[in-house]
Amino acid sequence: MTDRLTAAFAKGRPALVTFVTGGDPTPAHTAAILDALVEGGADVIELGMPFTDPMADGPAIQLANLRALGAGTRTADIFAIAAAFRDRHPEVPLVLMGYANPMTIRGADWFAAECAKAGVDGVICVDIPPEEDAELGPALRAAGVALIRLATPTTDAARLPAVLAGSSGFLYYVSVAGITGMQQAAQASIEEAVARLKAASTIPVAVGFGVRTPEQAAAIARVADGVVVGSALVDLVARHGKDAAGPVRDLTAALSQAVHQSRKEPA
Amino acid sequence: MTEHAPNSFRNQPDERGHFGAFGGRYVAETLMPLILDLEREYTAAKADPAFKAEFDDLLEHYVGRPSPLYFAPRLTEELGGAQVWFKRDELNHTGAHKINNCIGQILLAIRMGKTRIIAETGAGQHGVATATVCARFGLPCVVYMGATDVARQAPNVFRMKLLGAEVVPVTAGAATLKDAMNEALRDWVANVHDTFYIIGTAAGPHPYPELVRDFQSVIGREARAQMLARTGRLPDLLVAAIGGGSNAIGLFHPFLDDPGVKMLGVEAAGHGLDKEHAASLAGGRPGILHGNKTYLLQDEDGQITEGHSISAGLDYPGIGPEHAWLKEIGRVDYTAVTDTEALDGFQLLCRTEGIIPALEPSHAIAAVAKVAPTLPKESIVLVNLCGRGDKDIFSVAEHLGVKL
Repeated sequence: MTDRLTAAFAKGRPALVTFVTGGDPTPAHTAAILDALVEGGADVIELGMPFTDPMADGPAIQLANLRALGAGTRTADIFAIAAAFRDRHPEVPLVLMGYANPMTIRGADWFAAECAKAGVDGVICVDIPPEEDAELGPALRAAGVALIRLATPTTDAARLPAVLAGSSGFLYYVSVAGITGMQQAAQASIEEAVARLKAASTIPVAVGFGVRTPEQAAAIARVADGVVVGSALVDLVARHGKDAAGPVRDLTAALSQAVHQSRKEPA
Repeated sequence: MTEHAPNSFRNQPDERGHFGAFGGRYVAETLMPLILDLEREYTAAKADPAFKAEFDDLLEHYVGRPSPLYFAPRLTEELGGAQVWFKRDELNHTGAHKINNCIGQILLAIRMGKTRIIAETGAGQHGVATATVCARFGLPCVVYMGATDVARQAPNVFRMKLLGAEVVPVTAGAATLKDAMNEALRDWVANVHDTFYIIGTAAGPHPYPELVRDFQSVIGREARAQMLARTGRLPDLLVAAIGGGSNAIGLFHPFLDDPGVKMLGVEAAGHGLDKEHAASLAGGRPGILHGNKTYLLQDEDGQITEGHSISAGLDYPGIGPEHAWLKEIGRVDYTAVTDTEALDGFQLLCRTEGIIPALEPSHAIAAVAKVAPTLPKESIVLVNLCGRGDKDIFSVAEHLGVKL
């Protein structure tokens, strides 16, 4: 099932990866928001699994988690949202992103099987580093679901092989040491890091954390295989609630145009 | 650390930080290199006589150790069974066992060249202890505290500020200890280059559960030697309250390989185990939170539920991973007592021994009040009196319906 992910990064242009939290503002309204991401031109969809204790997230996504849980979102709703998305969009890669406890509480094999059944292409688990891979990695790999790992500014050359081992789909470079939705990293540091990661990796490198505007996204897309935007979209869901699909589509369209065209502009 | 026999209960954790199926290092990638650095540095510090000498010196002259071992004659008489003894860690500087660990961790921070300290706190005892060692060593200190706890622990907030710490109220979630810990982790992940996170209990990612246990084990080492010197024998039963479990593991660990010594950890049953409580072992199941795998209060989806206890120091929805392991292998027994029973224990000790305990060890006293009468008079029960109750008199008055 990593074929859809591979294809998303093989279109001859950088990919736009977009994140929203599942069940925000309610489980019933997530489908329209995901459709808006696709209509706006997103190449990969990350669906956040809400968690009570999202300790790697900034205020925007923390609040999205609380809104989703407050609306009664359960793990079963997330898989129902994913399966329905797969029916509507057979070709668009879908990735679940979240924290270890909701993913492993019924057993890694159960989670991996549910992912496969719902047509989920990959999983990003914030708090399972390579050292604890046994918790989730083997089950996902056996089920044919990509384990997408995070690399950060603190991931040094000695650690990088461990991060890459067993990961697939793409490598998510967290461009700042920090939480989601805060400041953006300096462009020079991103370029240096992406070059380092690409030299060591055969899978695409997508860059995220702190990317909010089409201009920022375009600058990163010139050097990376993909750009991840999350908090800026989640902010729109916060502001517009059940009417968020339109604004989400508009921002995604601006972002995707900037990302997709980024390498055609004169440098 | 001394070498232990291959079949020792004191060989945990393994080299990957696992206590049996528990513990581990479940942290974001940004923190992982720092966790590995900390592990290397702690291993080096353990082997460095200068580190131990400085730790011991500060414990003696700054904290006031060794703390006394006290036989409680009137409580013993009232309960009518086993002799009840207390390890008086409430007499430490800052009024609780928390300072033992803070001394050890700030020495590690300095050794690692870190220049800024952060901490989480629930009741404020760990926050006060951290602010204290930061003042002592001249390092800036930021303490994250749930906004709910800031409101109900005002005296400790003021103490921290007097000591020069910045207290940041956390409004996320239920605004209590677990939310404060989330916020401290968020700060740490953004400031790993210069910041050391002093975790207050024997939980979190490896090597924290191990190093907090080792620093707190001074309690059990002293108590073991004191008991042998005073009575010529070891106690029959150790009892300690458990939130995250650092005072309990500190008392228990040096006795784990003494087969005749039974141990009882006392969780907070709050309003009752069938209602709101904070008893992770009695009412939770294994999961992953705050860097470790352990027993957690959670729903069937793995969403963390709020702990409740009359004691703000116990209302954490998890427990240190070594306790989870000791429960599973059966070396330590665990029980839980309610808010009401803890209040009774609090008053019992005030009345019989002239000691005002914190609400945390009041849970241990309540458990002893049940157990001691069932034991023969020659048996010895040793309780960790891990904190004094000055901080709690306002909430106790409120619960007893007294207006101050």
